[in-house]
Amino acid sequence: MSSPPEQHQVRLVVNGEPATVSVPARRLLSDCLRHDLRLTGTHVGCEHGVCGACTVILDGVAVRSCLTLAVSADGASITTVEGLAGPDGTLSAVQQAFADCHGLQCGFCTPGFLTTITAALAANPAPTEDDAREIIGGNLCRCTGYQNIVRAVLRAAELMRARPGGTGNGREP
Amino acid sequence: MKPPAFAYFRPESVAEALALLGTHGGDAKVLAGGQSLIPLLNLRLATPAALVDINRLAELAYVRVADGQVVIGALARHADVLADAAAAAAQPLIRQALRLVAHPVIRNRGTTVGSIVHADPAGEMTAVLAVLGGSVKVASVAGQRLVPAASFFLGPLEPDVGPDELAIEAIFPVLPARTGCGFAEVSRRHGDYAICGVAATVTLDEIGQVSLARAAYLSVSGTPLVLDLTKACAGAGIADAGEFAVTRIDPSSDIHATAAYRRHLAGVLTARALTDALAHARENAVV
Repeated sequence: MSSPPEQHQVRLVVNGEPATVSVPARRLLSDCLRHDLRLTGTHVGCEHGVCGACTVILDGVAVRSCLTLAVSADGASITTVEGLAGPDGTLSAVQQAFADCHGLQCGFCTPGFLTTITAALAANPAPTEDDAREIIGGNLCRCTGYQNIVRAVLRAAELMRARPGGTGNGREP
Repeated sequence: MKPPAFAYFRPESVAEALALLGTHGGDAKVLAGGQSLIPLLNLRLATPAALVDINRLAELAYVRVADGQVVIGALARHADVLADAAAAAAQPLIRQALRLVAHPVIRNRGTTVGSIVHADPAGEMTAVLAVLGGSVKVASVAGQRLVPAASFFLGPLEPDVGPDELAIEAIFPVLPARTGCGFAEVSRRHGDYAICGVAATVTLDEIGQVSLARAAYLSVSGTPLVLDLTKACAGAGIADAGEFAVTRIDPSSDIHATAAYRRHLAGVLTARALTDALAHARENAVV
């Protein structure tokens, strides 16, 4: 029997809340969020970077949490799907756009789409339809056929322009 | 699946990283963006005893254009390289190829040098380094050495980087005068591994004739295959160059495509990449 794995202290800020976890180096960020921090909104699909369901926003940039080690993210600020809506539950522009455009069916892939699109619209607030397709090109959805998700990207950009303060979910600085 | 257990080291300087690789190198892997390494760990295709995480080495997160070279540091993410206007102006092939490297979210984390060191025969940036005749600077506690692209790729997933060495930067020559470049590939899905791809450059002489044409191929050989197409282009033209390329490659069949289809694609994509490179060279040749 080998000795228990070495534990590493990892300090994160998750959805604005500081969190410290003690994890082995092999803990994926996706598992750290789901198991250690009990934030099960981040979904794990393929666990090798193909499906995009586990996408989170790490220091402002969308990344695959299944292809990131929790220990490597020490000191980072992370936004998961749980952090998108306002403190009072007001849906963010991207979430509202998915509701408006019927951009989801079973919902398994949705957290990854929402985080991917949220980060992409922060960088490009006025996407074309081609941009929208490029933004979501790395996320798999087996229900919708994508057309309504493309519409939701464009709709979210419209909503963000109409709402003062970007996503309008009350979490903007 | 989950990664196997490993010892984890996070150096704060290149010197510390090289010392760690000197001690643990034989059983260690370097973790940069992790977009190829972590899938290999998750799938248990790699089981290193230790990881040396270079994500804190901000000193390696650079893209520099100077002295006729685009130099990309080991921690420059694909997305940063893609967004670098000076690099794109100096060597447009880098941006042409990077647009086809996986998806934006993968490019946010993955590094260009990491992708070259991964030495996947399907990697776009390996072909770019090969066709441009670039090089990779590697370092160990014993010192540094510069490895030319032509000898850097030893085999599939096998770069000329020793167990105690760290790839510090990749060096791409800027586009010479009267030269153009083109990149074409076919994949089942946009962003997926290419079934076949071609990176090409064309240089014109003073009277507008092709004086040099080179192409590098991905997914048709174990290492990036570079062909000199100058003679073929100077003959009957670009269509001939495509037919010539078809006779010079020997791809294998796999679940994604037959060898015959890959060979066919190599001919078509050679013509496409050369056509773009030639048009681009003509733009650059106008004084």
